[in-house]
Amino acid sequence: MRTGLARDLGIGLLCLVALLALPVLFPHPSLRDFLIYVIAYGLLAMSLNLLVGLTGLVSFGHAAYFASGAYVFGLLMQGGAVSIPVAMLAAVGGTALLALVIGAICVRLKEIYFSFITLAFQMFIHSIILTWVELTGGDQGLRGGIPRPPFLGIDLGEAGTLYGFCAVVFVLCLLVMRQVWQSPFGYTLRMIRDNPARANFLGVDVVRMKLGVFVLAGIMASVAGIIMALFVSGAFPEFGFWTTSGEAIFMIMLGGTQVFLGPVIGAFLLQLLNHYVTIWTHHHGLVLGIVILAIVLGLRRGVADYAAAWLAERRAASRPAAVPGPAETPAPAETKAVG
Amino acid sequence: MLSVENLHKSFGGVQATRDVTLDFPAGSLTAIIGPNGAGKTTFFNLISGHVRPDSGRVVFDGADVVGLSSLEIVRRGMARAFQVASLFPSLTVREALTAAVTAHQRRSWSLLSRFPLGQSRARVEELLELLGLAPKADLVSSSLSHGDQKLLDIGLALAMDPKVLLLDEPTAGMGPDERWRMIEKVHHLWQARRLTMVFIEHDMDIVFKYAQAVHVLKYGAVLAQGTPAEIRRNQDVIDAYLGTDHHLAVATGEVPA
Repeated sequence: MRTGLARDLGIGLLCLVALLALPVLFPHPSLRDFLIYVIAYGLLAMSLNLLVGLTGLVSFGHAAYFASGAYVFGLLMQGGAVSIPVAMLAAVGGTALLALVIGAICVRLKEIYFSFITLAFQMFIHSIILTWVELTGGDQGLRGGIPRPPFLGIDLGEAGTLYGFCAVVFVLCLLVMRQVWQSPFGYTLRMIRDNPARANFLGVDVVRMKLGVFVLAGIMASVAGIIMALFVSGAFPEFGFWTTSGEAIFMIMLGGTQVFLGPVIGAFLLQLLNHYVTIWTHHHGLVLGIVILAIVLGLRRGVADYAAAWLAERRAASRPAAVPGPAETPAPAETKAVG
Repeated sequence: MLSVENLHKSFGGVQATRDVTLDFPAGSLTAIIGPNGAGKTTFFNLISGHVRPDSGRVVFDGADVVGLSSLEIVRRGMARAFQVASLFPSLTVREALTAAVTAHQRRSWSLLSRFPLGQSRARVEELLELLGLAPKADLVSSSLSHGDQKLLDIGLALAMDPKVLLLDEPTAGMGPDERWRMIEKVHHLWQARRLTMVFIEHDMDIVFKYAQAVHVLKYGAVLAQGTPAEIRRNQDVIDAYLGTDHHLAVATGEVPA
């Protein structure tokens, strides 16, 4: 619907303005760094949530595409033959191809088997990065920095411009994912999440749909990797290690899977926690663990999901009993066979 | 429209379907009855391509569909509703029907447009009216009553605009009054859409009142087939299934509204 699209574009524009205004209003360099981390990891978590929250596919190996985006981009820029936009497109395209090949194998498996094979592929890619030292620099990562030659009058060597560029790319990616989320494709993915067998009986090609969203999620993760590579001016094996995938899952759990922007909120909260907890104690892993436990056991869902449910409840309570209607008895959990 | 010839299927040592040959003419309303474990649901699984038969033919709309995937068979126009309603719990009634209609219209891959598509709207409203679910269109599927869940399950199948609709116990888990309301609705759908309908049912009163033809399965084999009147008099069926207490007398009597 046109109105939905206009609303999303409006909200996207507001987000962009807010992101661009924040560092101007509070001109502290560490705020900009903090926000770029939120942007890169938020995008990674958002892309993973296309699989987890929208399709019900829990991938443990999503950081593979984050790393692939960062490395392909970094290597092309170090090669010096192409401009930044071309290297970005190539990194995204290369990652899409990688996700297509890996996804074609993974999406045939279900549930925990899917999770583990994605993890296995990620470890495979991680060990390629570690062992192919001449190309990737092994455990040292891509050293020597990533050159950022100006293009179309944009000089990403300047910190403020780099931040603005990342913010724009981030919001564009959010808008693309929002479109996916609200499209017939997105609703078909919800069918698959809720009941894949039934979706199949309604003529949905479940395997191909899953592969489609797997590639899309990989593409979005590669953009997050490119932003990270641009920001830290390098690429490191940790980008493709399982802990990076784990962190993205943490963010999703913290923020919520069902509210569209939940994962970004999770990324923000996790970075905030990381930032403040590390100032106060060396045992930040312990503190993070306790916070995650409190949210998982206490709220039983991410913060944004919890807030959305709470708001919906309040709205329902404040609405006068407008629909009197006969009270329906809820369905029995188990239907008895009539014999 | 649909016929099966010499269909066989065994699971390990159990012969779930043995030499079943049945015909379902276009526009017919056929009941399949049989004691528990007679292979009724397996029979549905075989013709819908969910389970592959060991031998035999399933001719649907003029073509042998044995060996085709369930997806291909669905796309040829065979839809199915389930004994335990198989829904999309987190979607609302309207969303679920719209997504199903969208799948039928082959627009599931549409990435650049917004849900719901304009072209699905009329069809969805028509289905909501037909099912009587319009007042509950914006409720989440999992919050519906049992009967409404069963209706929505059938509605999802109807969204496919099927040529053949297989209903696995449409009245399962319902009280007596609710059952009659349900089967009347099913009967109404059949009349309204003129599709070929096959339903599994345990309630003999319902079977004898509504079915045009009755196929009786026992231990995976066809015990009898015929019109309700013929089946009612069939000694094999009485011995094996209906019993001698002549609960059949009820079927000829008054039917609760």
